[in-house]
Amino acid sequence: MASITLKDLVKAYGDTEVLHHIDGQIADGEFVVIVGPSGCGKSTLLRMIAGLETVTGGDIQIADQVVNDLEPADRDIAMVFQNYALYPHMTVRENMAYGLKIRRISKAEINRRVEEAADILEIRPYLERKPRQLSGGQRQRVAMGRAIVRDPQVFLFDEPLSNLDAKLRVQMRLEIRKLQQKLGVTSIYVTHDQVEAMTLGDRLMVLNGGYVEQFGTPIELYDRPQSMFVGGFIGSPAMNFLPADADGATITLANGTTLAGEVRAGAVTMGIRPEHLIRSEAGPVRLKVQMMEQLGANTLLHGVLEGTQTEMVASLPGHVTAELGAVLSFEAAAETLHFFAPDTQKRIE
Amino acid sequence: MLKRVHFPSSVLPFLLVAPQIIVTVVFFLWPAAQAIYQSFLIEDAFGLSTEFVWFENFELLFADAHYLDSFWRTLFFSAAVALLSMSVALILAGFADRIVRGATAYRTLLIWPYAVAPVLAGALWVFMFNPTLGIFPYFLDMLGVDWNHYLNGSQAMALVIFAAAWKQIAYNFLFYLAAMQSIPLSLIEAAAIDGAGPVRRFKDFVFPLISPTTFFLLVINAVYAFFDTFGIIHAITQGGPANSTTILVYKVFNDGFVGLDLGGSAAQSVILMFLVIIMTVVQFRYVERKVEY
Amino acid sequence: MVENRPLLTFISHLVLILGVVIVALPIWITFVAATHDAVRMTQAPIPLLPGAHFWQNFKDTLFGSGLSSSAGAPVWRMLLNSLVMALLIASGKIVISLLSAFAIVYFKFPFRMGFFWMIFITLMLPVEVRILPTFEVVANLGMLNSYWGLSVPLIASATATFMFRQVFLTIPDEMLESARIDGAGPMRFFWDILIPLSRTNIAALFVILFIFGWNQYLWPLLITTDSDMTTIVMSIKEMLEVAEQSPQWHIVMMTALLAMIPPVFVVIGMQKLFVQGLTETDK
Repeated sequence: MASITLKDLVKAYGDTEVLHHIDGQIADGEFVVIVGPSGCGKSTLLRMIAGLETVTGGDIQIADQVVNDLEPADRDIAMVFQNYALYPHMTVRENMAYGLKIRRISKAEINRRVEEAADILEIRPYLERKPRQLSGGQRQRVAMGRAIVRDPQVFLFDEPLSNLDAKLRVQMRLEIRKLQQKLGVTSIYVTHDQVEAMTLGDRLMVLNGGYVEQFGTPIELYDRPQSMFVGGFIGSPAMNFLPADADGATITLANGTTLAGEVRAGAVTMGIRPEHLIRSEAGPVRLKVQMMEQLGANTLLHGVLEGTQTEMVASLPGHVTAELGAVLSFEAAAETLHFFAPDTQKRIE
Repeated sequence: MLKRVHFPSSVLPFLLVAPQIIVTVVFFLWPAAQAIYQSFLIEDAFGLSTEFVWFENFELLFADAHYLDSFWRTLFFSAAVALLSMSVALILAGFADRIVRGATAYRTLLIWPYAVAPVLAGALWVFMFNPTLGIFPYFLDMLGVDWNHYLNGSQAMALVIFAAAWKQIAYNFLFYLAAMQSIPLSLIEAAAIDGAGPVRRFKDFVFPLISPTTFFLLVINAVYAFFDTFGIIHAITQGGPANSTTILVYKVFNDGFVGLDLGGSAAQSVILMFLVIIMTVVQFRYVERKVEY
Repeated sequence: MVENRPLLTFISHLVLILGVVIVALPIWITFVAATHDAVRMTQAPIPLLPGAHFWQNFKDTLFGSGLSSSAGAPVWRMLLNSLVMALLIASGKIVISLLSAFAIVYFKFPFRMGFFWMIFITLMLPVEVRILPTFEVVANLGMLNSYWGLSVPLIASATATFMFRQVFLTIPDEMLESARIDGAGPMRFFWDILIPLSRTNIAALFVILFIFGWNQYLWPLLITTDSDMTTIVMSIKEMLEVAEQSPQWHIVMMTALLAMIPPVFVVIGMQKLFVQGLTETDK
């Protein structure tokens, strides 16, 4: 039973607070991805859970035990680093065995576990090689193997795929997910890549500037972003934000066109995803095309809301051609509209 | 300086630095403090009593024509050694840098005098210039030069400069060659396309670009000439004839161990320490500057 | 090469060969002198080509009592003394510098910077400027005429400490983090990770320090009065003085040759490490 609880967790360097009162519950066996732009504090949070950074305030519990003051080695965790951190002078076998050796596990048992992990990861042929003789993908597997042999309560991943090329990244992403489901070990995974986050995580914790913006399943984040930040961060291309005025029943956009929408009266920011804009001759949202991107499966139209400087994007299925400078009209289903308060940038329910 | 991630404080780090610190305190700081203390003392002729005299030893030194001579002689000696050995090394490195094949072979053949102890270097040169047997006096005699560094102070000085510079060529050569090889080839090629010939390129590009190395070597060679040439002088001239090759380090040794003038020798030590501190500071200023590049 | 100029290439080789000749000449003359007998070495001009007495001189020098008129230790004994001294100095410097650099880079502890500056100061105190008081300390500790007296006062090293500090700073932080998660304590990390990762730096430094130790002159001269503790480098000076009275240049030069062969061999045999060590320690 290895659930993880973060209670009112604070991290400060001197007077600078970098993580502000983080709360979160991670269930046993759950795969949680911490995602956010660089500098949001996600790596710091992971390293605090690992025991590599001290805790300024609050508690970290692993399996109902407060681990704030435990050494990393005593927390029963394993970590996969961004640059893999393989010991360059040791063979793959020695790398994987090192932690077990320190724990004085018998040689036979070490070999059994190393070889078992090597089989799972299909790196058995490389066991006697040094890390520098391996490709990036193979090193990545060794780093995972080193985590697996320890049979820990928690896996921690610190952007483990960011050094791989795009194709390998997709492949390893799937393998990590399969592996985690097979082993059922509670995992925390840090990344700045929202696609990686969406595909891997049971739940996502979106961090921004040291605050948790939202903590939920990928679909919750996509369907009901709790802030403009989450709306813009999750989904690609990013959500359009259009300033508007609401009177309770209708929404008036900056260029004067109106559409139906029930939201509290006053100034709002309306969010709409590019893929939720539907072509409609009489639609209220009018896009003046400035650039087109043909992606094959769909077409992205970049431009501005007609009569304003507000930039927006529409994503249409299939091949669409439009003249530059042409104005296209769109509509959107009411349930795909999101409203945010312009001042707090939080979702208006 | 310190790793972002580090071990917490315990008794262990103190144990780890202890050997180094103990050796430093016992054999460096304590003797240096002693030297400073002794430099304020004067012992009577029979060594029976000592008197605390503040700066009198220093005053005596700077009033002593022998000491002042030795001071200027040391400056001249250092400048000559640095200039001679650095220019030979620069020329050799400049040509070695041009050569594609065989550069390593030349390097091998040029660097090993570094491994020869100064006193051995002195022995080698004193043998070559031995007035009765040496090969060079034999040839110089044909040219009408009467060589005897045991009698002629200028010749003695020339000989210790040769020996000291010879030993240092290897070091300077290595640093010059490394500096030249670190100049991007594209830059030199661009200069060649602009029409600059090899000599011009050396003058306008290579030499200015390696000027940090030149400055660095200047300091290193000065330190070398000041402190590491004791063996050379001890082997070749023992400071003679008539003190014409007594540089400061040699004088400290001579006055302290041979002349047994403790206060005077200590005062000289203190002055030398002061000089090393200046040179070290200059050298580190250089290192800092290099970091900024 | 940027352009193809055969004449310039030819001149380059010419200048370099000339340079090699100048640099090698003293050694050549030493070698030649060591291959002739005593009689030939008293006649001017001395020969420039090797003679036939190399092995004879070699045997006489190494196992005889060196110069007939000096009562010194046999040359093999001096070589042994030099070897022990050089090895003690080199390994001593490396060990204490590794330990203190490890403490300074990987631990946060009180007076850390104070210790750092204390080590730094040794850079400014070469043995030549503090010979008398250092001699007194060693004499008071009863370390005269001993291997400890020859080596220990020379093993504090700011440059080696700085170099290892530099090396440790370039080792990625993740190595330590990974080792901590693996459960390695500080000393375990030091042995299992840091030392293996600094192997080539240690070897390079060892080459430089071995030469430094072997070539020590003033210090051994001061603290050894017992001829059994004489080092080979020291003995040369004494022999030169004797040679002035009764010329035995063939033995003196053979001794000089024996004294320079070990360090020269180290420099040439381990050239890559030597160059690395030299450029790293002085940065």
